[in-house]
Amino acid sequence: MPTITLAQAINQSLAKALEELDDVVLMGEDVGLTGGVFRVTDGLRDKFGADRVIDSPVAESGIAGVGFGLAVGGIRPVLEMQFMGFSYPALDQVISHISRIRNRSRHRFTAPLVIRMPYGGGIGAAEHHSESTEALYAHVPGLKVVVPSRPRDAAGLLRTAIEDPDPVIFLEPIRLYRAVKEDVPEESFHVPLGAASVERPGNDITLISWGAMMKETRAAADELAAAGTSAEVLDVRTLVPLDRQTICDSAIRTGRVVVVHEAPRTAGYAAEIAALVQEHCLYRLEAPVLRVTGWDTVVPLKRAEHHYLPTVARIVAGARRVLEA
Amino acid sequence: MADQILTPRGELVAEPPVDTAEAVRLLRAMIVARIYDRKGSALQKQGRLATYAPFEGQEAAQIGSVAALAPDDWLVATYRDAAAMWMQGYPMELLFAGRTGHELGGCPPDPVNVMPPSITVGGHMVHAVGLAWAERLHGSSRIALTLFGDGATSEGDFHEAMNFAGAFGVGCVFLCQNNGWAISLATAKQTAAERIADKAAGYGMPGVQVDGNDVFAVYAATRTAVDRARAGGGPSFIEAVTYRIGPHSSADDPSRYRSPELTESWRQRDPIDRLRRYLESNGLWGADQQDDAERDAAAQVERAITAAEALPALTAGEIFDATYAELPAPLAEQRRQARELVQEV
Repeated sequence: MPTITLAQAINQSLAKALEELDDVVLMGEDVGLTGGVFRVTDGLRDKFGADRVIDSPVAESGIAGVGFGLAVGGIRPVLEMQFMGFSYPALDQVISHISRIRNRSRHRFTAPLVIRMPYGGGIGAAEHHSESTEALYAHVPGLKVVVPSRPRDAAGLLRTAIEDPDPVIFLEPIRLYRAVKEDVPEESFHVPLGAASVERPGNDITLISWGAMMKETRAAADELAAAGTSAEVLDVRTLVPLDRQTICDSAIRTGRVVVVHEAPRTAGYAAEIAALVQEHCLYRLEAPVLRVTGWDTVVPLKRAEHHYLPTVARIVAGARRVLEA
Repeated sequence: MADQILTPRGELVAEPPVDTAEAVRLLRAMIVARIYDRKGSALQKQGRLATYAPFEGQEAAQIGSVAALAPDDWLVATYRDAAAMWMQGYPMELLFAGRTGHELGGCPPDPVNVMPPSITVGGHMVHAVGLAWAERLHGSSRIALTLFGDGATSEGDFHEAMNFAGAFGVGCVFLCQNNGWAISLATAKQTAAERIADKAAGYGMPGVQVDGNDVFAVYAATRTAVDRARAGGGPSFIEAVTYRIGPHSSADDPSRYRSPELTESWRQRDPIDRLRRYLESNGLWGADQQDDAERDAAAQVERAITAAEALPALTAGEIFDATYAELPAPLAEQRRQARELVQEV
């Protein structure tokens, strides 16, 4: 079993899907000849041809809308938005058509497609390249929203997303593309959507996160452990549908919850999880649920970005507040 | 000057593209469309339809273009294109059902390759490009026709659809019904282009302008474009110049932005009258045929509205059931709550 990066795991999963599923095509800006700006689709055009790995014009709405037509016509497109911050021209297609054609046509027409988007900050990129607006997509009925943080999950979740009968937004944490390595099976495999992962069991507090912030969240758990606090770490993995059972079970057991994400706080997805926990677990909680998040500002540019992203120290400080409440 | 085969007085100025039997079929279809449309407006005024967007005056553009399709070609059209959708096999009762506010109006039976009508303006043309492309990937010769208005050509997705279709040589036919008005905005204010058809050149595809009230001219132009698409020749653009005789929708008052004289001048160019005059002057149509066609159409429309109104509304549980293929657990819980509220469980 090769030890590979998250980017390589996605590449491997896409290659397997193209190999094993005749109706899969990839489409996006620069996904073919150059293998994508992050090289996630590297080599796939050579292997599967330009008819299946399609370099599209620079047109996000067109990618989504033409992809929708392909999907309704019986193809399984895996579409790429070059960065999450470039996905907004496609929002009308996603919200007005892709997410709701099943309902509009009462199952006659469906859009089983995946939209991959590199997302998140921490690489000092230009404006619009560091967005983490997963809550926008999680708010839209009819979509599923998946955010892996590990190579193995990325490969297995992506395969499940590609075979899912409904549209899936698949968010890829840019700063983890090459930051984590893991053993990933070479053959195709599935990780189910809608199942959170208890990465590390613990008894004193539950730390919940997803995607890129899992790295800092794991480090915070290490730091807490060194100080004698046993933190349970949950990787939500799928924002929609949300694994409410795993979250509530953990909250009830530890009685203390911190939710971490890098998106702005107001109406961020941590608010949904905090609301869920108080609706179902309030009388078992020892302290209010705390959010450690990005601020309600535009993501700062490279030289001030460190003021924005939650750090290990902020997560640990948040956990201590909850532990001491 | 837009291409014309049949003048408003019903005189041929070029060879007709169809035989006389097909011409009679087109006239009968346009009569059905006119009666459907007037019924739609009347039912809305009675509160039996939620909203209605009339297409009177545009029957030739819709019936003439769809008549050039194969029965299993794709049609991707809008809320004002009920005549076209019906002509391509979309059941009339489902067209009415949608306007009564029933989701089943978006669910044509399986062999009918017609998408539910697009309600937002301009977002659907890219879908036709994808559908035609999917057919090519499947090795099928089906093509896609998309209908839209002059207003939609100002939307960004018009550009993206035309550009994708041109760049990839997709077998998609774009037909713009330039009906003069996007609600209150005149076409001349919509674009500085002299003819909307001229836009096609920028996408490397042929663009023609035809008299959209001349069913022969629309049919001939669409036939050429469809044949080209099916043969792998790529996309084409047709501008059918027509006029929306009625309001934008049942909520619109055209007297705020255009004169009755202008509308009256377009009534003189009515698409149905001109084909009827042509067939009458050739001894192929008369009062008996007219009565028969109108009686048939009225009965068909009556049956359709009766069937549409007989559809039971979705239950509280059913509003959840087509959100996903399978209900995720959190949504199943909401469904249970919604059903409890109305004692469905």
